[in-house]
Amino acid sequence: MSNKLRIFVPVKRVIDFAVKPRVNKAGTGVETTGVKFSINPFCDIAVEEALLLKEGNEGLVENIHVASVGPSKAQDILRQALAKGADDSTLVEMGPKDAELEPLGVAKVLKKLIEEQKSNLVILGKQAIDGDNGQTGQILAGLLKWPQATQASKVSVNGDKVEVTREVDGGVETVAAKLPMIITTDLRLNEPRYVTLPNIMKAKKKPLKVVKIGEFDGVANRLETLKVAEPAKRQAGIKVETVDELVSKLKETGTL
Amino acid sequence: MFALRNQVRTHIARGFASTRFSLSTLAIIEQNNGTIAGSTLNALTAAKELGGDVTALVAGSKAADVAAQVAKISGIAAVLTASSPAYDHGLPENYADLVAAATKEGGFTHVVAPSSAFGKNVLPRVSALLDATQISDVTKIESEDTFVRPIYAGNAIETVKSNDPIKLLTIRASAFPAAELEGGSAGVSDAKDPAAEPQSEWLSEELTKSERPDLGGAKKVVSGGRGLKNKENFDKIMFPLADALGAAVGASRAAVDSGFADNSLQVGQTGKVVAPELYIAVGISGAIQHLAGMKDSKVIAAINKDADAPIFEVADVGLVADLFDAVPELTTKVKA
Repeated sequence: MSNKLRIFVPVKRVIDFAVKPRVNKAGTGVETTGVKFSINPFCDIAVEEALLLKEGNEGLVENIHVASVGPSKAQDILRQALAKGADDSTLVEMGPKDAELEPLGVAKVLKKLIEEQKSNLVILGKQAIDGDNGQTGQILAGLLKWPQATQASKVSVNGDKVEVTREVDGGVETVAAKLPMIITTDLRLNEPRYVTLPNIMKAKKKPLKVVKIGEFDGVANRLETLKVAEPAKRQAGIKVETVDELVSKLKETGTL
Repeated sequence: MFALRNQVRTHIARGFASTRFSLSTLAIIEQNNGTIAGSTLNALTAAKELGGDVTALVAGSKAADVAAQVAKISGIAAVLTASSPAYDHGLPENYADLVAAATKEGGFTHVVAPSSAFGKNVLPRVSALLDATQISDVTKIESEDTFVRPIYAGNAIETVKSNDPIKLLTIRASAFPAAELEGGSAGVSDAKDPAAEPQSEWLSEELTKSERPDLGGAKKVVSGGRGLKNKENFDKIMFPLADALGAAVGASRAAVDSGFADNSLQVGQTGKVVAPELYIAVGISGAIQHLAGMKDSKVIAAINKDADAPIFEVADVGLVADLFDAVPELTTKVKA
């Protein structure tokens, strides 16, 4: 394999991280009408890392492809990634009534795109902040039989070898693998840039290929959502004036 | 009631042991250098709740030592070991191959792992190898195919039914009690080891050394946020309080991002999820991502000078005060 990187970055459109989601009345999901959507924060970090690898290593990165599986509105986040510096993109379009794919289905779709793109490095977010599954990158690695380094806080490429520092319970660990490989991003990896208006204008001319989800086989969901409910509300607490009161109230609860 | 139902189900499962529909669970044991990881014991409790026989899988160069400990846990029917250094450090490529092979070999219907960094790294890869859906961060087992889990940073609770023949679950440790290391006498045998070529290489680790209890399993947690202003204050104010209480130290994302505390101490949607008996939030406003990691704590206390901070909406006891005065005073009074 050539040492040139062809980076593939899957991105997801999710309810903006600052919005507090509300469960819908029917108890089937969360309210999405009139709610602000944005790129999943971890995906934004993945896009940024691809750009940093390109900018920080002269001639290393041949292409950065971004892709999303979602509604036609997910074009927005692809355009945003293009505006930041990605080269081209694919939207695997789902109808407004299609149920969102589970990570296994998404990974199968992505695998096909990655093979078409002849990518040798895939950078994904470690989890989407809506489903909180944290699976897609690892499943993709399993399907492709590529090595994986999840929860990355540092990535360095040296020839065909990639060193990744991972955030694990209790600290960090460093692993290395040869390309092709899968990396998922943790919050600490980088600080995503903002898009500028001129770049948004330029990005409108960059390629955005739309394919329909119907072109992919074997991606059907395996889970049925029986219900979605509000979490149990906590009993209203009390406010106290002094540390003494705090101590005595905590003693009453038996936890102090 | 639930226990009874489980017993009945176990009976039924055993009665039809020859059919492929009998319920049986493979529980992946996370271990580090011969010590069972705390969250694994919680995952074992969940595995037992499923109702079928539970087989534990231990891998690594010290697998035999760990297997001897696991065999003593009540409710474990059998222990499989793969004694090979290829499984040290939990490299996911080798581990997923091993788990997938063991699942096929044993015809397991359920595979359970802790929702730790290790479990989250390995089990979705197994999902790809077995073409079975994985369900993340399970907080409740309703039946053998129906599970409850939080979504949207804990702002919604989803109940899902799996139609897959194999169910792969990672278990949220704070939602299940830890299994006791006694009462059992399971047999230990060798797992079928696929002995795959390693695809990745483990180079090094830097773990935060601490005498304090582990954040994930601590009964008490004191957590500091942006209000502490800098690392010196964080160390000077939070550590004595933690020591006075025998508590673990946690931090908000703001505190971690500003360098006050190590990343591994972050509590929240993207950090650790804790549910101690007592959680004291100091100088933490209470963003939804932070609440996701601690709002199932039994008692929450908050100290913040902003009376409108959202943390007070979940706190059982809130003290509106300057933390620089209140926390040292609290530390002194707790010690007294």
